[in-house]
Amino acid sequence: MKKFFKIFAIEMKLFFRDFTSTFFTLGMPIMLLLLFGSIYGNKPTPVFGGLGSVDVSVPADFAIIIVVAGIMNLPITIVSYREKKILKRFRGTPMNPSIILFVQFILNIFVGFLGAAILILLGKWIYGLRFPGSIFQTALAFLLSCASIFSLGFFLASILKTVRSVSAVSFILYFPMIFLSGATLPSEFLPKGVLKFSQFLPLTHVVDLLRGIWAGKRWGLFNKEIIILVGIMIFSVLISIKIFRWE
Amino acid sequence: MGKKVVEVKNLVKTYNGVTAVDNLSFEIYENEIFGMVGLNGAGKTTTIECVEGLRNKDSGEIKILGLNNPETDGDLKTKIGIQLQESSLPERIKVREAMEMFSSLYPRTIDWKDLLAKLNLTEKVNSYFRELSGGQKQRLFIALALINDPELLFLDELSTGLDPQARHTMWDLIRDIRNEGKTIFMTTHYMDEAERLCDRVAIIDRGKIVALDTPQNLVQSLGKEMRVIFSLENDFPLENFKKIEEVTEVEKIGDRIVVHGEGEEFVYRVISLLMSNKMKFREIKIEQPNLEDVFLALTGEKIRE
Repeated sequence: MKKFFKIFAIEMKLFFRDFTSTFFTLGMPIMLLLLFGSIYGNKPTPVFGGLGSVDVSVPADFAIIIVVAGIMNLPITIVSYREKKILKRFRGTPMNPSIILFVQFILNIFVGFLGAAILILLGKWIYGLRFPGSIFQTALAFLLSCASIFSLGFFLASILKTVRSVSAVSFILYFPMIFLSGATLPSEFLPKGVLKFSQFLPLTHVVDLLRGIWAGKRWGLFNKEIIILVGIMIFSVLISIKIFRWE
Repeated sequence: MGKKVVEVKNLVKTYNGVTAVDNLSFEIYENEIFGMVGLNGAGKTTTIECVEGLRNKDSGEIKILGLNNPETDGDLKTKIGIQLQESSLPERIKVREAMEMFSSLYPRTIDWKDLLAKLNLTEKVNSYFRELSGGQKQRLFIALALINDPELLFLDELSTGLDPQARHTMWDLIRDIRNEGKTIFMTTHYMDEAERLCDRVAIIDRGKIVALDTPQNLVQSLGKEMRVIFSLENDFPLENFKKIEEVTEVEKIGDRIVVHGEGEEFVYRVISLLMSNKMKFREIKIEQPNLEDVFLALTGEKIRE
């Protein structure tokens, strides 16, 4: 445990010293909240089932945090640690190097929760954010989403060998996911064709689950989303275990 | 010689059918600096990493610090220190943080502040890794490798890319570490480094050890031929040198004359001949064979920088 906390504390400092990861994980969602909040306000409307624009975009912004943490931060860090032989160097110590991967996983969950908390506080303070669901249920949906998307990140870190290639793939996945999944623009405003395509994006199911649980809906309504997210997780973990290399 | 710290017998390692290490056997004794020299791709890193337990061998035996399975014996890692070839750290980790992090990984460590002082890094303690010079980075890697006070230290291509002054500092440092009682297993492709630093040297070529001895013995195995090289202001028939008993060969390369020969009187006689003929010589240089010549003779290849 001593090792875990020491490494965790240092990795956290490294995270916040890196402008790109801090900006995309924490800064971007805040900017989106302020942007859409200032355009649409937060008046209740029947389009969103009696909620306001900010009320539905906050849980959708959670999805942006999750995808940045899971598809960008996590695989890029792991691949760069492999490329720089940092993972290999840890293999030369008595520590099990899996701890490094575990630290990255927990760190990004921590940062994810931090980002979500900032959005909730800002939303409440500026726009009188409504939160019909329960904190505990939402946190659970958030964790499930992290587990699924982060596993996908591990999968990317397993199949891609260089920071260049993993960065490129991350960005290619990132843009359609945040714009077409309903994470930035609510799915109510997306055309039918896009909605059909967006079913193939893992993040769409994260957005639907988070928005639903946030609005206080029952878990039973989201069996499809849960099955897809768990499926992605199992697939990614099994493949990663088979092909992941320390160097 | 002291007790055996490492015993390697018939080590074989292939990658996709290409043999990287071909039936290697050698031993490393307590408190020596054992060096492995060879070209890039000769099998040095593969060998050192098999001994460290970072790579699985195909066949052969490796016994290290009394343990028989370096790949699986976790206890080994507490007794050895490793510096990897071309390794790195996160760009924005501070020296202090790297030391603290690695300290937390071992059951028993020495004070990292003392280590940094010894490695002349104390004033860099709050610097980011990326701000360090090449020599400072390598010294930091040595500090990390020494944090658990290891019995055996592995250094893989430690001085590659360092400027000459940093290399000399590094050599002094490695001698100091040995003088404190540690055993060192190092690889290098610099012949002068191996010659000056190592107690024993294994020359490795295409996965095989072609020679293993002290640098002095390896050099002497070539014979004791020396060369006197100089240029003359006036013409002087080269045949005159051949009259000296100790001289074996004379050549003229450009405006320089190279006289080969051996024996205690050889150099004295060549110079006496020049003086007695009142020949003015310039830029005189006396060369003795070195490890580079041994390497060339054994492998037929020149070390490329």
